[in-house]
Amino acid sequence: MSATSQTIRISADNIPVRRSGQVTIALVGTPNAGKSTLFNRLTGLHQKVGNFPGVTVERHVGSLQVEHQRLELIDLPGLHSLSGFSQEERTTADVLFGRQTGQQAPDAVLAVVDATNLYQGLYLLQQLLELGLPLVVALTMSDAAERSRIAIDRDKLSELLGGVAIHPVVATSGAGIPGLRTALGNVADQAPAAFQPVWPELFEEARRLVGGEVGTLKLAAVARDLVDAASAQPGTDPHQAPETVAASSAAVFNGSPALAQEARIRYGWVRNVLDQVQSRGSGVAGLGARVSEFFNRPVPGTLSLFLVMAVVFQAVFAWATPLMDLIDGATGSLSAWVLGTVGDGPLGSLLADGIIAGVGSVVIFLPQIVILFLFILLLEDCGYLARAAYLLDRVMRSVGLSGQSIIPMISSFACAVPGIMATRVIPSRRDRIATILAAPFMTCSARLPVYALLIAAFVPATPVGFLNLQGLVLLGLYLFGIVMGIATALIMRRTALRGANATFALMLPEFRVPNPRTVLIQLLGRVKVFLKRAGTLIFSVTVIVWALLYFPRYDIDGYVEPRQRALSSELSEDERAAGDEAIENLGAARQMEQSWLGRAGRAVEPAFAPLGWDWRITSAVIASFPAREVVVAVLGTIYAVGDEAEQATLADRLRRATRADGSPLFTLPVVIGLLVFMALCLQCAATLAVIRRETNSWRWPIFAWCYMTGLGYVAAMLIYQVGSRIT
Amino acid sequence: MNFPKTPSVARFDRTLATLERGDRAVIDAIDDADPMVQRLMTLGLVEGVVVERGHSAIGGDPTEFRVHGLAISLRREQARCFSVTDIADA
Repeated sequence: MSATSQTIRISADNIPVRRSGQVTIALVGTPNAGKSTLFNRLTGLHQKVGNFPGVTVERHVGSLQVEHQRLELIDLPGLHSLSGFSQEERTTADVLFGRQTGQQAPDAVLAVVDATNLYQGLYLLQQLLELGLPLVVALTMSDAAERSRIAIDRDKLSELLGGVAIHPVVATSGAGIPGLRTALGNVADQAPAAFQPVWPELFEEARRLVGGEVGTLKLAAVARDLVDAASAQPGTDPHQAPETVAASSAAVFNGSPALAQEARIRYGWVRNVLDQVQSRGSGVAGLGARVSEFFNRPVPGTLSLFLVMAVVFQAVFAWATPLMDLIDGATGSLSAWVLGTVGDGPLGSLLADGIIAGVGSVVIFLPQIVILFLFILLLEDCGYLARAAYLLDRVMRSVGLSGQSIIPMISSFACAVPGIMATRVIPSRRDRIATILAAPFMTCSARLPVYALLIAAFVPATPVGFLNLQGLVLLGLYLFGIVMGIATALIMRRTALRGANATFALMLPEFRVPNPRTVLIQLLGRVKVFLKRAGTLIFSVTVIVWALLYFPRYDIDGYVEPRQRALSSELSEDERAAGDEAIENLGAARQMEQSWLGRAGRAVEPAFAPLGWDWRITSAVIASFPAREVVVAVLGTIYAVGDEAEQATLADRLRRATRADGSPLFTLPVVIGLLVFMALCLQCAATLAVIRRETNSWRWPIFAWCYMTGLGYVAAMLIYQVGSRIT
Repeated sequence: MNFPKTPSVARFDRTLATLERGDRAVIDAIDDADPMVQRLMTLGLVEGVVVERGHSAIGGDPTEFRVHGLAISLRREQARCFSVTDIADA
């Protein structure tokens, strides 16, 4: 670096920052204060979902135009305090203090305060006011407060807060929004409210520590570090406070819990303010409160929980199936049409079997994902999710998880990808990782076609009570997945993720009618994220598997044509067509046999011999590592029934498959071993990618893959070795 | 860094954990050494506030408490860290 460029470098702290053009406003509030609804109301569909760099916290940015001013609104995660207990809280604090990578401090703050929850709202609001940024308060749920006979003296409140503007809004109906928009348009030019820090000693210590003149924002950040450094959280990685701060912090509080002290001082102030501005009438309990009261009782609560879970399950499987069949049919016809139009050369095959099949295999998941997300969002928005976590906490705790793990686990029965994405609500990192590792064991919808094929082929439909043996085996596989998932969580919490049970402080919001607009906008956002993260991966993997199966080319025509010509001309039209098709399928099987994938299958065949597998099963399993449902199509090709074969045809062919010595290939131990292998193995590249994203390291996806594959291999080997000796 | 072994269990006689359903009481002391308890304090469970005990989940744990019209659910070992005085005695 040249000397001149060094001399002109000025510390960014010394430049008075006034950006021309765009104004950035941070949207901050407690959870359930109606923040997302307000955000959606203000920005509509002008929003983007991304991640803050380096962390798995979602960054929602929306824009709105007020007259000629363009405002950028950053919707930060809901939180109770700026002291970072969870990753989301730390990120929010870092954004506000202007130390989040790639994100300047906001120009202003829009604080969302729930009128029915001033108690906690004012706690956070103090911390926000102390940042010294221009600030506007949106007082949400004013209608609900009125119904509950909560009267708030807004003028008095504004005065006590140093003259800050308070705008009552009802985000669901839009009342008060125009006034709020106008206020936001002017906010960046306003002076910050004249709010005196509630804990002056802390700020004095912060000032003494930094020495010299610094901005209020910097001072608030140092004051925050002082408290947090004295209360480092177990199981979390606290913000790296400078060592001088840590030392000074220890001196100020003399080892006493600074955070507890802060809570006492701030809530003391809140109660004093509430006495002056809020009066509660002895109103009748609202409908929401009465419904909450009913579902809080242990027995109705637990029974209704099972009912809700049953409905979600039913919806995900029953309602999605017709749509999935429709998509399957559409992809099939489109492929056929492309092959007919382009011809079945390499290009036609790439389009039909690679690209269209790839897109199809992503889209086919959409019905289930959309229904699942819709239910999760509805339950979340009406306040039921917290209730479910509360009711099941004791059960989940006995396996080392917490009540908040239940939704990710249930979601994983449809697909582990949204399940793992849903673990974000779990505050403890250890609980969260244990849940992430348990989730892929749940029987996802991609395992179903594999189970269905093998069960139909090899398990007799003998009646057992009111079920039959086939249904019983399927049920057994579901239970097996649950048991293995729970055992994994238990083992992990006893070993690598050992540690005290995390705090379980769950706010139980009152039931309210979900807001369709909020739910739909969020649904759209999550589906987009799914398509981007899982979709692109599933798609590319399908194309790669296609290439491995397609190349190198075998002279299929040289095999097929003479044989087709040799078919006796005495055959009827139908017999001839059937014969042609059988020969074509045999040709495809030859192609498969000498394709890269077939060669790979042969190469690693010895490794899977202890499991009783020949090269054909091995190739199909290798092909299914990126996406397990591929195994059915590959088996179809290998056994020369075509990859679109009816299940019954393929099942029949599997039953008749033999080894080189003529003995049946799929004996009972091989079949059970294969089923168990498919149940245990992490054959899903999308899940691995999501684990990587959510844990922000390669360590956990690599561990999960090795652990689950190892488990599957050993279990399948044991079953085959023991089974083939006793049968 | 070593994590503290188990949350320190307070030696209070009358705590949030000993309340019966529907009881109202005032928090008078808190065993605040445990960071998890400090977390609860930032949610508003501090000395001087009135708490009403609500229902428990099946099995008696966790339990719902009402503070300033809010419902917070606590596990038993956390409820034990909050000493209370019954409203009638106060």
